[in-house]
Amino acid sequence: MMNYVWGGIVIFSVVCALIDGGMGALTSAIIDSGEQALTIFLGLYGMMALWGGLMKIAESAGVTDFIARIAYPFLRFLFPKLKKGGREIQAISMNITANLFGIGNAATPLGIDAMRKLQLINPDKNVATDEMIVFVVMNSASMRLIPTTVAMLRANHGSKNPMEILLPSIITSACALTVGLICTKLYGRFCRRGRV
Amino acid sequence: MSNFGAYALPILIAVIVICGIIKKVGVFDCFTDGVKQLLTSSLGILPSLMGLIFAVSLLKASGGLDLIVKLLTPVAEFLGIPSQAMPLAVVSPVSGSGSLAVFEGILSEFGPDSFIGRVASVMVGSSETSLYAVTVYYGAVAVKRTRHTIAAALTADMTCFIVSAMTVRLFM
Repeated sequence: MMNYVWGGIVIFSVVCALIDGGMGALTSAIIDSGEQALTIFLGLYGMMALWGGLMKIAESAGVTDFIARIAYPFLRFLFPKLKKGGREIQAISMNITANLFGIGNAATPLGIDAMRKLQLINPDKNVATDEMIVFVVMNSASMRLIPTTVAMLRANHGSKNPMEILLPSIITSACALTVGLICTKLYGRFCRRGRV
Repeated sequence: MSNFGAYALPILIAVIVICGIIKKVGVFDCFTDGVKQLLTSSLGILPSLMGLIFAVSLLKASGGLDLIVKLLTPVAEFLGIPSQAMPLAVVSPVSGSGSLAVFEGILSEFGPDSFIGRVASVMVGSSETSLYAVTVYYGAVAVKRTRHTIAAALTADMTCFIVSAMTVRLFM
């Protein structure tokens, strides 16, 4: 799937630039993209290493275990196959905590940590498990209690009430999250493991 | 309340370190241990991240993205999304920095308290860069077949855009 999406985007772009006469812009974009990818990666790499260290402390001190116990009653519906108190549930709980409190910088490294733990119990390392799909969709439709970046940008542009979007945002992301999670179950029936 | 974000991170870290010291964990040794593990294993993300950034920057520079926006605008009107917010809906699943740039453009053109400005705010406030999340998370564990992840994530995104216009009409 990813092969066709990626190949399609590249070919489509070149064709668009040919028709549109934007070959110059395309060329400089190609040259810049390598450096751009590396810059984004370095930021993420640093954050991930930092959180790897902090998470190790949190695990040894029992903080992750504590948060996982609070989150378990909700998570058991989404991840029925995962063991209570297991490392996978602990890592997933930490990622959700970071998402809810809008600590986006921490959520990604913590999420990657959770993916690693899910991969350890994956029987076929090339194919995503049901738990991974639910987890990634949960993150891509991430529910946030406080959209800080948006509020800040609104304030910068002279909004009278930057935080007034809070309630609509929470309702909207809750709807998107619900639909996303239902889709993980629904689409799963159409595409069986091993195909696609 | 908008200051909350500034408190959350430092307090979370303080709690972790305090708990560590109370439980007599060697916090610094633990920290360096964890960092060392992650430094070697995190390199795996780079290839898929590079692929994504490359494809997205081509799409933006070639004008392909603008073409998609143009084609999708009638669909947006049908769904009740203001057509001026459509570029945002197309960009936000693929590029985080791109969607913030488009969002700022909308804010300065229409104002943050206009209908379009509000719909755009709710869109950005309640969605995440899905393709980036899919790429980074699966890239980190080298899973190749993501099955129905992308389809489900994009359906969630579409729901987000449609519902954001509805909630703004209802609640604001």
